[in-house]
Amino acid sequence: MITGVLAVLVVALHATSLMVGHTFYGPGEVWAVLRGGTVPGASFTVGELRLPRASMAVLTGIAFGLAGVTFQTMLRNPLASPDVIGISSGASAAAVVALVVLELSATTTSVVAILAALATALMIYALAFKDGVVGTRLILIGIGVAAMLDSVVAYVIVRAAQWDLQVAMRWLTGSLNNATREEVAPLAVAVLVAVPVLLSQARSLELLQHGDDSAASLGVPVERTRLLCITTAVVLIAFATAASGPIAFVAFLAGPIAARVVGPGGSLMVPAALVGALLVLGADLAGQFAFDARYPVGVVTGVLGAPYLVYLLIRTHRSGGSL
Amino acid sequence: MTDPTPSAVPSPVSSPVPSRHRLVAEGVTLGYADRTVVTDLDLALEPGRITCVVGANACGKSTVLRSMARLLRPRGGQVVLDGRDLHSMPTKQVARTLGLLPQSPVAPEGIVVADLVARGRHPHQGALARWTREDDEAVAEALQLTDTAGLADRAVDELSGGQRQRVWIAMALAQQTDLLLLDEPTTYLDVAHQVEVLDLLTDLNRARGTTIAMVLHDLNLAARYADRLVALRAGRLHAAGDPADVLTADVVREVFGMESQVVPDPVSGRPIVLPIGRHHVRPHLASGTGPGSGPEAGTELRVGAAAGS
Repeated sequence: MITGVLAVLVVALHATSLMVGHTFYGPGEVWAVLRGGTVPGASFTVGELRLPRASMAVLTGIAFGLAGVTFQTMLRNPLASPDVIGISSGASAAAVVALVVLELSATTTSVVAILAALATALMIYALAFKDGVVGTRLILIGIGVAAMLDSVVAYVIVRAAQWDLQVAMRWLTGSLNNATREEVAPLAVAVLVAVPVLLSQARSLELLQHGDDSAASLGVPVERTRLLCITTAVVLIAFATAASGPIAFVAFLAGPIAARVVGPGGSLMVPAALVGALLVLGADLAGQFAFDARYPVGVVTGVLGAPYLVYLLIRTHRSGGSL
Repeated sequence: MTDPTPSAVPSPVSSPVPSRHRLVAEGVTLGYADRTVVTDLDLALEPGRITCVVGANACGKSTVLRSMARLLRPRGGQVVLDGRDLHSMPTKQVARTLGLLPQSPVAPEGIVVADLVARGRHPHQGALARWTREDDEAVAEALQLTDTAGLADRAVDELSGGQRQRVWIAMALAQQTDLLLLDEPTTYLDVAHQVEVLDLLTDLNRARGTTIAMVLHDLNLAARYADRLVALRAGRLHAAGDPADVLTADVVREVFGMESQVVPDPVSGRPIVLPIGRHHVRPHLASGTGPGSGPEAGTELRVGAAAGS
């Protein structure tokens, strides 16, 4: 029910972002363009500019949201989202080096970003491993790794002085400016493959929340499930990051917001994916039109996410718990 | 089965069909990382009976239980379920025969009792996870047996310790396994709740013939509720059998390094252990200084107890 409402909202917001902009086009004109008709002005503006941008927003939102909630559920900690523990930073650093320094193509960049994200995940896991992996240690090490990798991004951006601010912002905070059809395609394929895989693991992931022993005694192959989920989530993060940059805090926020909306007990996977799409669509619209200047989407989500991160840290500190 | 304590829930009239499944540890050696915890241990769970495992902290009780629940692969030897190597069987198939209640399972934030108990049906559901009437009945029965039906809509994290433990047991019951292993199911419960949980497990054993094996900290409760008592010492089987035969002052000294007197429990007729420490002991008993009862050993034991197992 709530999932249906979220889905309708995503479609509505997607349609809205096709209509509004410098010039407003009505639903009729937009529909004509979507059906392949030629409408003077709208064909280019809607078909070539707004449609790739809005579709990219939905796809990255789904990718970040689903990957985020997968990590948070698996590690039983809202702080353990891939954008907090450095996996997004790994993809981002590799992508920026591939694009700006090595001048590789978009597709090759995606591949490099995936390998880097997997390597980052593996490195964090190995560094945190000591008689099993404890959530807190993994999160702290991840935050450290994220800081290191973010500095790589900053360094490359500063060195490549000829690059404009748009490109810099994309790799620092995430941006949907300059989204093209060619960039949407690989991400769409990744989402189509990865989403069913993760959804098929939803029940096993739920059981893993009880602890490994309890999950195993209920018939969950713990190690296999964890490996499959981590790999798939990392692939999603990497593709999305290669396409739009590390849109700040979407992975981190989508799960907790979905939990609030859905209430306890239900699976969060689909709602979190939809909330992710809503966040990116909404933040991109707000960034474009709500302020005097136009801000990239990652700035807006960053403004939303940072206070929540602070709130989480304060709450865990107050309740006397560790991370 | 000579336990005269009346059970809280009436037992069914028909005599239970004992569990058909046999779970046996054959010469298992167990350990974590570079540490060997259990060496060459043989342990067969008697079908349809309650086995309690006791021993000092860090003697390997929980480790044995984890390995018999397929959670820890033995370094040597094997665990055999109905003639097959347990660790070569698919997880889900094992989970239909063998349930485990770990020491400290975590309830997801906000989950309500009915939803948590329903998760016990996971091993019986296919890939499409369609919920059947059979699932409904199993959950309802588990709630009723554990007297938690009234809590069905409450959030698990709001419950008291005793209620929560009953809910976890309900989840294990919804799994409908012939074998049930429990790792210290009475930890953190007050004495009334401890007895309540053990009575519930006895009901289950008598009504369904479920084979039960549990690690218990409390020697006296273990002696009272076990059909068969197993004492471990430093990762090896020290004694096993009827509680009346196993629980003697000698065994308590050897296993726990503590002097004691073992007398018949006036309530159950089972043996009961009365520890002899350094204080509050009548003069004619205090003189007994066997191995491990000196002042240093006493201090050492207390430090060990505080560290947990």
